[in-house]
Amino acid sequence: MNNLWGDSLSNFWSAWIIIITLGTIALSVWILIANRRTDKTPDADGNIETTGHAADGIEEYDNPLPQWWFKLFILTVVFALGYLVLYPGLGNYAGVLGWTQEGQWEEEVADAQERFTPIFARYQEVPIPELAEDPEAMLVAERIYQNNCAVCHGSNAQGGYGFPNLTDDDWLYGGEPDNILTTLNNGRNGLMPSWQQLGANNIENLTQYVLSLSELEHDEARAEQGESTFMAVCAACHGPSGMGNTALGAPNLTNDIWLYLAPGQSVDDSIRQTLRNGRNGHMPAQAAYIGEERVHLVAAYVYSLRFAD
Amino acid sequence: MSTALEHPTYNYKVVRQFAIMTVVWGIVGMTVGVILASQLVWPQLNLGLPWTSFGRLRPLHTNAVIFAFGGSALFATSYYVVQRTCQTRLFSDKLAAFTFWGWQAVIISAVVSLPMGYTTTKEYAELEWPINILIAVVWISYAIVFLMTIKKRTTSHIYVANWFFAAFILTVAVLHIVNNAAIPVTGMYSISIYAGAVDAMVQWWYGHNAVGFFLTAGFLGMMYYFVPKQAERPIYSYRLSIVHFWALIMIYMWAGPHHLHYTALPNWAQSLGMIMSIILLAPSWGGMINGMMTLSGAWHKLRTDPTLRFLVVALSFYGMSTFEGPMMAIKTVNALSHYTDWTIGHVHSGALGWVAMITIGSMYHLIPRVFGRTEMYSVNLIAVHFWLATIGTVLYIASMWVNGILQGLMWRAINPDGTLMYTFVESVEASAPGYFVRLIGGLFWVTGMLIMAYNVYMTVKRREAISHPAPQAA
Repeated sequence: MNNLWGDSLSNFWSAWIIIITLGTIALSVWILIANRRTDKTPDADGNIETTGHAADGIEEYDNPLPQWWFKLFILTVVFALGYLVLYPGLGNYAGVLGWTQEGQWEEEVADAQERFTPIFARYQEVPIPELAEDPEAMLVAERIYQNNCAVCHGSNAQGGYGFPNLTDDDWLYGGEPDNILTTLNNGRNGLMPSWQQLGANNIENLTQYVLSLSELEHDEARAEQGESTFMAVCAACHGPSGMGNTALGAPNLTNDIWLYLAPGQSVDDSIRQTLRNGRNGHMPAQAAYIGEERVHLVAAYVYSLRFAD
Repeated sequence: MSTALEHPTYNYKVVRQFAIMTVVWGIVGMTVGVILASQLVWPQLNLGLPWTSFGRLRPLHTNAVIFAFGGSALFATSYYVVQRTCQTRLFSDKLAAFTFWGWQAVIISAVVSLPMGYTTTKEYAELEWPINILIAVVWISYAIVFLMTIKKRTTSHIYVANWFFAAFILTVAVLHIVNNAAIPVTGMYSISIYAGAVDAMVQWWYGHNAVGFFLTAGFLGMMYYFVPKQAERPIYSYRLSIVHFWALIMIYMWAGPHHLHYTALPNWAQSLGMIMSIILLAPSWGGMINGMMTLSGAWHKLRTDPTLRFLVVALSFYGMSTFEGPMMAIKTVNALSHYTDWTIGHVHSGALGWVAMITIGSMYHLIPRVFGRTEMYSVNLIAVHFWLATIGTVLYIASMWVNGILQGLMWRAINPDGTLMYTFVESVEASAPGYFVRLIGGLFWVTGMLIMAYNVYMTVKRREAISHPAPQAA
């Protein structure tokens, strides 16, 4: 069976396909031609006498096939046979033109590479901070952004639940040109482990402590109790002061920016949920999709967004 | 149903039951369609509930209009036509009654299970395995009733309408059983026995032949009886019906791969799907010509007979969509039209313009006759329904043409730097006016169906008033 569905068929299946294809067409044409004419003569109204049988009062004339319809039928058959000579269709026969959809795709890609690579190669030589100031380059970059990045980060680049805002000054993995390039080319995997095992009481204390870091309303007593747990468990990644660590992608917890704040959710609820269940952030690697030349341009675009406000 | 209605020879009871359900399911299916059209204009109408979301209601709409509305119409007309043209009663009243109740049970199961989220994910074959088994049993019973009735006919010939009905019944049985072959996992979950490109090919072999046999051959059977009957003219050409019947059923079988152009399907299979779709043009038009030419000498009747108008306009839409279909099957056209609203417009020019209109015309002929009347309660209301349906169809397909071509062109437009000129969401924004016009078209249709329901109700009710006169006041 496998062979039947590949582009290369065994001789048996190839022959089978050719025979049933041409057989079906031949049979249709035979029925068409065999019934084309009638030797009976038309009546005064121009109709050929009825067949003589009536079904529930319905009679049937025996008029010949309309000429134009007959020709239309033949024309479509001629087109079909011509197509089967030129293109793949009859089993393993590849067609005179040697066309395949894979070949067409490869040709179009090669053509696009040839036409567009020089444009992006030129931009790639420009350092990112300089490129970010080039309005024409940013117009091109924005189009790439809108078609590849906006689906998660939003048309306005302000992100959403689980997707970082690119227009603020908070950077999980650093906001310097090299950081942005690395993020775009290779992607990122952010992992916040679940701390369910600490128990509900500790999670509540930690929640209140994290709230206090951003100077949000919190329970003093619990926050104080949470501090020691924070130092023992969380500080390794988020730092003793809770300022985060861009080498690990550990968020800064002191700036009141919350990546996983669902619409309508309170901040303390979101923190509790994060502590209990953990989080997985995934930024897919773009180099393989859009190429390093375009990544360079998009990096400049993302870099330019810091000036947006 | 009262015994006063019993025909001495024919079983009209099952015809009456299916005819009434045709109207009921037509209203239900099209109303769900209007809800979906509204959701595409105002997404809030998804209501944030899983049961009312687009993804679950959409298969409910397609199943309700194709299998509940179209299916009931095919049962009603095929049972009516086969009895009248074979001049014999149905083979078995009990089995016929089973097909009615069985088919309604299938529909109710769909109405419950689809919004609950049970689906095989195969388009037009979403129902899960227990329901599929019930469909197979009902369908085989249908085949037995229909074919055995032909066998015991008292006429010498088998009328052309019955060829089409028979081809439709037999092929749909094969399509349904092959495409739904699956391994049950739980009570309402199964896994298809096919995988990958083979699965896709089997699905679209089924999918396109659902169009070719359920929605075309079956309704051509309807056309071959009700057009000459309503026009009171002989069929134009017996030999044309022979040629286009055999060509149609032979060629349709091959057309499925045009749904899978530029996919993992091998090149040879795609090409065969395309060329067979093109050869299909003439056989499809054969049916239109035979219907249209049957009217020669009876064109004046169109002025006074809105039922005949339904039948003729149905044939026009049939001709138009069977021209459009082969064109869309050409790879270069398909590269533009595929995945756009053009496809949806094309389907509805067939579904509303052809299937629903030929059904409604046939029902306006059949319903008074099986309820012991000579004509419908109000001919004027049929005329109103005709205009609502025609304008509704035109609004629908024109807006979807505009949207489809707009989307196709926007998706492929590129800037000089090779980047896409429009984002996907911009093409969605641009489609909004078309979605609104489509909704208006759908509302025209539902309004027309409600008028039909009223007209049918009054026709049925009036019959009872006549057969049971009220006692004189003292």
